[in-house]
Amino acid sequence: MLHRLLPRLNPINQRRLQRFMANRRGYWSLWVFLVLFGLSLFAEFIANDKPLLVVYDGSLYFPVVQRYAETDFGGEFPLEANYKSPYIRELIAEKDGWMLFPPIPFSYDSINFDLTVPAPAPPSSGNWLGTDDQGRDVFARVIYGFRISVLFALTLTLISSVIGVFAGALQGFYGGWVDLVGQRILEVWSGLPVLYLLIILASFVQPNFWWLLGIMLLFSWMSLVDVVRAEFLRGRNLEYVRAARALGMGNGAIMFRHILPNAMVSTITFMPFILTSAIGTLTSLDFLGFGLPAGSPSLGELVAQGKSNLQAPWLGISAFMVLSIMLTLLVFIGEAARDAFDPRK
Amino acid sequence: MSDQALLTIKDLTVEFTQGQTRSRVVHGVNFSIRKGETLALVGESGSGKSVSANSILRLLPKAITHYPEGEVLLDGQNLLRADENTLRGIRGNRVSMVFQEPMTSLNPLHSVGKQLAEVLALHKGLKGEAAQQRIIELFELVGLPEPAKRLSAYPHEMSGGQRQRVVIAMALACEPDLLIADEPTTALDVTVQLKILDLLKDLQARLGMAILLISHDLNLVRRIAHRVCVMKQGEIVETNDCEALFTSPQHPYTRELIEADPSGDPASNAPGEIILQAEQLKVWFPIKKGILRRTVDHVKAVNGISFSLPRGHTLGIVGESGSGKSTLGMALLRLINSEGQIRLHGDNLQGLSQQAIRPLRRQLQVVFQDPYGSLSPRMSVGQIIGEGLEIHGIGTPAEREQTIIDVLKEVGLDPETRHRYPHEFSGGQRQRIAIARALVLKPELILLDEPTSALDRTVQRQVVELLRQLQVKYNLTYLFISHDLAVVKALSHQLMVVRQGQVVEQGEAAGIFREPQHAYTQQLLEAAFIRH
Repeated sequence: MLHRLLPRLNPINQRRLQRFMANRRGYWSLWVFLVLFGLSLFAEFIANDKPLLVVYDGSLYFPVVQRYAETDFGGEFPLEANYKSPYIRELIAEKDGWMLFPPIPFSYDSINFDLTVPAPAPPSSGNWLGTDDQGRDVFARVIYGFRISVLFALTLTLISSVIGVFAGALQGFYGGWVDLVGQRILEVWSGLPVLYLLIILASFVQPNFWWLLGIMLLFSWMSLVDVVRAEFLRGRNLEYVRAARALGMGNGAIMFRHILPNAMVSTITFMPFILTSAIGTLTSLDFLGFGLPAGSPSLGELVAQGKSNLQAPWLGISAFMVLSIMLTLLVFIGEAARDAFDPRK
Repeated sequence: MSDQALLTIKDLTVEFTQGQTRSRVVHGVNFSIRKGETLALVGESGSGKSVSANSILRLLPKAITHYPEGEVLLDGQNLLRADENTLRGIRGNRVSMVFQEPMTSLNPLHSVGKQLAEVLALHKGLKGEAAQQRIIELFELVGLPEPAKRLSAYPHEMSGGQRQRVVIAMALACEPDLLIADEPTTALDVTVQLKILDLLKDLQARLGMAILLISHDLNLVRRIAHRVCVMKQGEIVETNDCEALFTSPQHPYTRELIEADPSGDPASNAPGEIILQAEQLKVWFPIKKGILRRTVDHVKAVNGISFSLPRGHTLGIVGESGSGKSTLGMALLRLINSEGQIRLHGDNLQGLSQQAIRPLRRQLQVVFQDPYGSLSPRMSVGQIIGEGLEIHGIGTPAEREQTIIDVLKEVGLDPETRHRYPHEFSGGQRQRIAIARALVLKPELILLDEPTSALDRTVQRQVVELLRQLQVKYNLTYLFISHDLAVVKALSHQLMVVRQGQVVEQGEAAGIFREPQHAYTQQLLEAAFIRH
């Protein structure tokens, strides 16, 4: 299947693709992960307290994508309609209207007021994975939490890889003083206690997604530097690099066209593991309460709830299952990628 | 020499698996070695000679190697079907091996004495004083100077030739019946090669063992082999007594190998104006010591070399490894820093910034030794050749395409191959690609840094022919760096013999080949043309 998606590959990459696909476990993990991630990107259409479609007075409304006020449905206040309240339901029913809810009629922050038992409520037909201690649907929170974890990790990995590759490339290519100074800065920088910085920071700003990303970025770019630096140190002495220099090629072009493709192998091999560690870090920060703002759907917060509500095992179990499945899939994909790029095979 | 066969190989077939496919690399090879005989297995790279030899002790990676047919009989015992324990008893004991690369076949972290002691302890149970005594004897046997002092030396403290002697001593430690020498001299300088071959011959005469000598160079084995098997593409095409094989070769391939030495005279170009001139060129690498990293001394890689080269001629630069000849080439191209003057068309290149020198690079091109390392594996042949055109902004994309096609034809490659990647080509073809890359910019001068040393003899000959044709056609000027005097002779008008960064002898090539003045040159010539 991947063949057809990536038709014009050079023979080396074709062989890598074949090796990747030969690792069945990694290959299927990739598909499962892509499907899960693809679905979670449309979380609003899967788990939402707003209906997908409202038919009211003969016309169509799409509350998921557009905001409608109560007054649109004949209500009194120009506030956003709460489609779950009996009041709005009645208003719509009066005009022969009906509503189509997503399969999970809860968003990550909607509180189920219809609970018959005190929150956290155990799994039931209404809340498939139960609710948390504030009456919010666990399944909905898990879907949104998965999405935010993966998106956070992907952004972090991408940006920190770009910075890391760039820094490593400069150090490795120019060597000498650039390398010496760069390495010493890296050593000092990697010695800083990240967690304490985050705790201190959390006390005077409310860290949101971008704050966290920025702070984590300050430290996570270092993981690739050493690998890339080593590749460039080796690469700059390769004969075809010397040949390129003899052709009159500039430093930038040599780095970009001739050495970087070599370094990319180790970088790509490393990436899935940076991704998993980013997810792990975000989860642990959320667990400690220094992560995403209160109320946001996060797996770490769910773990924390599971810990403080041991009488409600569905919280801990759900969080554990989601985290372990996600990380396992990523590790399997990473293993397959590592096999595929292994030059010794 | 007795008539009894020590080792008999019958219908040996070897297959490698790669992914899903199985490829057969040795097709039913038959030969036998008598006690005390030297059999040479000769063939070019990829002919299956090393695979055959390694199969005797089953040293090939187990997971991918299969032996669907055949027998390897050592005194009647089939080694191909023997279990691992039996083999271990035979390896290094009754049959031992000497490998090509003396740099890597010794462990750099142990002293050579310790490595030998290990072999003795393993197979002979010799320890302590007795082992020491035996090691010193062995070192004497292989002609290492001051054997007692060498016990505690580490491999890096020895020269290539000395290391190869240690490896041979190790192989001889248990007085094997059969010594397999896999290209034992290929990685060594010519003068050292000669000594190692003489050593092997002498050892055989004294110890009466059989030797299986594997080599790519048919003319080299003439010196010591009793019988020769010529291999091509996994099959033995001819087996005969050594002298008979040379005097009346039966198979055309054997004839090709015998005549494979590059021959002919340099291109008959009239010398033009002086194009490249160097004066008192020096490349000194500082040796730094102490906390303050003060420069205490210099490694004088190139120490005051001068020459001037007219257009259309070739300057051959000859020297053994470590003589500084490649460093000289790099310095001339300003790829490393140097002192002294380099003048291209009378303009001094020294002192120009890398920026300023870039446009001049078009006129100075280079072809490197290793055709596997000098082509980027991630670019197609067309991209590799076209890169220079792009850098210097020559032509439109369509014109560039045409230029690439022309130059590929020029070096004797099918223009359709420009869409393929380097790994699909053989060594000789790759070297043609590298020449095409240099040629496409229409340079005046090409630096050829050992362009033929990584190639088989027959391919070398073709590359030399090509270089000569191109020189005549475009009135090119070559700087030809090589350790191989036969190749240099076929191309050079002028010759420069370099040792330890200094010129030993310099002048007209023909004159030096006829009457070498310096003792070192004489020695080099003798070693290089032993076969003639």
